[in-house]
Amino acid sequence: MKSIPHFPSQTFRLAASAAAITLITGMSASAVAADNGKYRIGIVTFLSGAAAGPFGVPASNAAKLTIDTLNSGKMLAPYTKIGINGLEIETVLLDEAGGATKQAEEFRNLVQRQKVDAVIGYISSGDCLAIAPAAEELGVPTLFFDCGTSKVFETVKNPKYLFRTGLDAVVDNVAAARYVAETRPNIKTVASIQQNYAWGQDSWADFSLSLKQLLPNVSVVSEQWPKLLQGQYGAEISALSVSRPDIIHSSFWGGDMEALMLQGGARGLFDKSVAVLTAGETGVETFKSNVPNGTVIGGRGPYGAFAPKNALNDWFRPAFTAEFKADPTYPAYKMVQAILALKAAAEKTAKPGVMPTSDQVVKGLAGLSFEAPSGTVKMARTNGHQAVQDVSFGEYRFDPKTGKGSVANVKTYAADCVMPPDGSTPADWIKAGFPGAKCK
Amino acid sequence: MSFPKHLASSTGSAVAIAALVFAAGTWVLPPWLAFLLTLAFAKGLVVLGVVIQMRAGLVSFGQALFYCIGGYIVGLASQSLGISDAFALLALATGAGILMALACGWLLTRYREIFFAMLTLALSMILYGALVKSSALGSTDGFNVAAPSFLGWTPQGDAQKQALYLLSVAVAAAVAIGIHRFMVSSLGRVIEAVRENELRVEYLGLSPRAVLFSNYVVAAGISALGGGLTALASGHIDPDMAVWTTSGEFVFIAILGGTGHVFAPFIGAIVFSVIRTFAIQEAPHFWQMTLGVVLLALILFLPKGLWSLIARDKPAEVAT
Repeated sequence: MKSIPHFPSQTFRLAASAAAITLITGMSASAVAADNGKYRIGIVTFLSGAAAGPFGVPASNAAKLTIDTLNSGKMLAPYTKIGINGLEIETVLLDEAGGATKQAEEFRNLVQRQKVDAVIGYISSGDCLAIAPAAEELGVPTLFFDCGTSKVFETVKNPKYLFRTGLDAVVDNVAAARYVAETRPNIKTVASIQQNYAWGQDSWADFSLSLKQLLPNVSVVSEQWPKLLQGQYGAEISALSVSRPDIIHSSFWGGDMEALMLQGGARGLFDKSVAVLTAGETGVETFKSNVPNGTVIGGRGPYGAFAPKNALNDWFRPAFTAEFKADPTYPAYKMVQAILALKAAAEKTAKPGVMPTSDQVVKGLAGLSFEAPSGTVKMARTNGHQAVQDVSFGEYRFDPKTGKGSVANVKTYAADCVMPPDGSTPADWIKAGFPGAKCK
Repeated sequence: MSFPKHLASSTGSAVAIAALVFAAGTWVLPPWLAFLLTLAFAKGLVVLGVVIQMRAGLVSFGQALFYCIGGYIVGLASQSLGISDAFALLALATGAGILMALACGWLLTRYREIFFAMLTLALSMILYGALVKSSALGSTDGFNVAAPSFLGWTPQGDAQKQALYLLSVAVAAAVAIGIHRFMVSSLGRVIEAVRENELRVEYLGLSPRAVLFSNYVVAAGISALGGGLTALASGHIDPDMAVWTTSGEFVFIAILGGTGHVFAPFIGAIVFSVIRTFAIQEAPHFWQMTLGVVLLALILFLPKGLWSLIARDKPAEVAT
């Protein structure tokens, strides 16, 4: 290819291409994010991967329903104002898949390139840990709606811009242990099956510590640690059956949880042992008669099947079911809750009809008490940055006549009964025998 | 294949000019782009590790092993040993990667082709499995890495990110010059000879295993450096750094950029990151497909990678 005239040197070409790349990428950026007078919210949740089906998609559906309703001004009191503070809401939807490093990068893009006014998102605890310092650094109101790790506010000690509008996972397991201790005080043995990753490890640590405090004579007879999304649990079910536990605790979620219940049920695992599923609520719709009545299930708070009766829930549940042909599960409830928290906060401190600033939003949100389909939510821990709510556990009941599952024998635990006070780590609090817990 | 001396120095000055252009960008580029480039340069270092092994005819499907080691060493040294200096942390990360490579290299350099690829993959998945099972290290959640200091200077806020960006530009440039020297040295040329005909190299009185071993160790060192830089920039590490899809991404970027020049991996990494972020922005539900189609098209039309756009009318410089 001699015909092409040579450039002065390769040096020149290299430098030129480096400069070109820099310029092109820089210019393509400044084209986005015009200031259009709308309140722009970044919504980040799993749209692909294993967590999309049970969590991410219901949550993004709930976000769509809530934001559409708010923008049309048809939301119930006290949320009748259009959008947020009278301004229409614009959504920037992102996929949470791809790992924490990528999410840290995309969070910056969301704030600095797409210029969102607030971010609501994150189901994975690893993503929450990676985002937490960046949220504080960039100074944009960031609401974690679902992730359960108790380490978020250990990483960021004095949060200003960071909030969590849902409960952490410690609460679930303390409540599960209390429920078991109250409804089945005579059990002698417990077994565990958890997905071998952070969620499973933390869940079992919290539950086993709590149960030891409440029922000191219970012994652990088996611990099974299949890997995440294994799908086939034959060997683990055999090991559990042989150890003959009175109860089996599991933090399995989504497809894994349903697979475990189907496979274990077929092999009679639950004839003698009661399963305690801390994330079992997503299965109430699909269990049908395959899961025995009396299986203990939780919904990570007063969500989904455990949601109380109130006007907002009477709007949300039928509206969600009508639009998406499925009952809303707990991630959907938690998403609505986060959006309403943001709206309530902005409208508390900003002048009506004016774009709320970041500082106004975080000032309004800290310590806020607001209404959601799950009841009244109080931002009452970690200087008003962590939500406090009651937690419910109950037993699965299937009605063969209607073909629908539901929860019975529901017990609700006040937040002060199952949440450590500010300043103590969950493990220390549980080991010390829940000092300061106020239970009914 | 003869290699005129003046070209070696010309690549050196090209690297220097490119580095200066990018460094000047510190005050011009929007912050999100500087952050994207920081991570892309770090990734480019790992990809360079893949590329120099490709020159020897070996495809490493486990380069994430060293990427992850680099990240975790930086995280652990900063958390447990209280070291906060970025240079010390990166030196530790590189050292750890090299030590690991010295241990694994004896085994791996016995194998070629698919056997080498599968073994490298297996080693990185062993590390992944071990990290996932260790709740002390945060299991799949990983843990956060504190913001580093630079020779006693601890910048805050924007200055912190700018310093990390400049550091990544400087490290990438230094490594690019070093690896280019290595590629055109006599050892570097023997590596290509090993790919072409290993038996002949032995007849020449050289040990192909020793050559491949040193190549493997160099690749591991720069990959661990890239991992360390990623940990410092993103402020978080988790076991996903070692998972096989991460290695696959490195191999993919290597093919995308091309193996013709030390610049190619960095161009590949930048283009990949830019395409990915805009795919995610424009098509939240289909971004994987968008990314796949664009990259497939790039590879179909530029089978020798993006580098062939720049080196089109020239004979291949150091490798084909």
